[in-house]
Amino acid sequence: MNLNIKYFGVLAEITQCSEETLSFSEGTVGELLAVLQAKYPALGTKDFQVAHKQEIVTKDTKITNPEIALLPPFSGG
Amino acid sequence: MSRYSRHIQLTEIGEAGQRKISQAKVLVVGAGGLSCPALQYLTAAGIGTLGIIDFDVVEESNLQRQVLFGTSTIGMNKALAAKQRLEDLNPTISIHAYPEKLTVKNAIALFTDYDIIVDGSDTIATRYLINDAAIVCDKPIVYGAIYKFEGHLAVFNYNHGPTYRSLFPEPPRNGSVANCSEVGVLGVLPGIIGAMQANEVLKIVLGFRGVLSGKLLCYHSQTGQTNVISVPKSKSSIEEDLLKSGILSDTYEATCDVLIPNISAEEALQTENTLFVDVRGFGEIPEVMLPNSMHIPLHELEQRLDEFRFEKNYMIFCATGARSTIAIARLQKHFNHHFYNVIGGATALLAQIKQPHE
Repeated sequence: MNLNIKYFGVLAEITQCSEETLSFSEGTVGELLAVLQAKYPALGTKDFQVAHKQEIVTKDTKITNPEIALLPPFSGG
Repeated sequence: MSRYSRHIQLTEIGEAGQRKISQAKVLVVGAGGLSCPALQYLTAAGIGTLGIIDFDVVEESNLQRQVLFGTSTIGMNKALAAKQRLEDLNPTISIHAYPEKLTVKNAIALFTDYDIIVDGSDTIATRYLINDAAIVCDKPIVYGAIYKFEGHLAVFNYNHGPTYRSLFPEPPRNGSVANCSEVGVLGVLPGIIGAMQANEVLKIVLGFRGVLSGKLLCYHSQTGQTNVISVPKSKSSIEEDLLKSGILSDTYEATCDVLIPNISAEEALQTENTLFVDVRGFGEIPEVMLPNSMHIPLHELEQRLDEFRFEKNYMIFCATGARSTIAIARLQKHFNHHFYNVIGGATALLAQIKQPHE
């Protein structure tokens, strides 16, 4: 499946893009994160949540939909 | 009243709706970039009682986005300066300024006096404090946060709905999140998000459907793109403890600012003269069985400090590293022993115990 991955905030600075298409055979969110961290090692230094089908999910969620977003916390006010 | 005639003309508001607005009590935490526009519209709308808490003073670099202030108020406390400006905008409402920092000591008493809390703060620590105090007091939070060109908007703890901890269960690691003073921000962005926060407040007060409860709206000011992400309510042992005890932990700042020494599970198990301390709640899985260990849930820590009287290398762990970090920050205040945060917590320890490296 071709995933459409959106990166927000500081994560977009790490990946140098706000969005990308990535081919991913099948697996869980945790497995996808391992792939992404191998591609962008600095992702491992940041805390963020993952949305799948526009919903926050846990790492053991199986990916069934191409829409993925990585959301870090923002502190600014 | 002619002041509110444009509201009253709306059939969705009318005189009854305007009365609800005039009876509402809203506390705005922080009087910075998000809060200035939020306060401006809430005041103009006629929110009957407005509270503003901020310990900080107005600086010239704030004027690029904090639109309630001017050159004449530089150096003045922000809560007081905001009140002065807002009283001119609408003298018919009551505005309370608290020129102090929101802390574990004042949060609950303060929140109790209001119906809705607006989070316009600018540190992660304060955001967790607001969440936890709002849970204890059972108040909804209208949350806003910004980073450079991007903004977040959500409503948390609305009718026991999802909370900030449902979105971000525990504070991020040190240095993982920067604030505006460190990274800069497009001035109009907090204006947009802050105005949207005022809108959510009015929706709650007026009982409109479509309150952004448990939904995180992400706005990008460069692309105009908006993404709405659902945040399911998640079980949080910290929040369950809070509901039971009604007491806030005293280390919100510490979790974000103090340097906590980390250690890997493997290294922790190889270190001599150690005592492992599980600070999770009772019954949390996976269970970790170690001979040199004790179990002290975080909320019991202050009562059981004497159990740390021995000179040892204390390996503190929980599920993810958040509660262990809080525990270490507290313990460091009382003892000079070595306290380490076990990376990966219980799961990492268990993996090492089951498959020790040769």
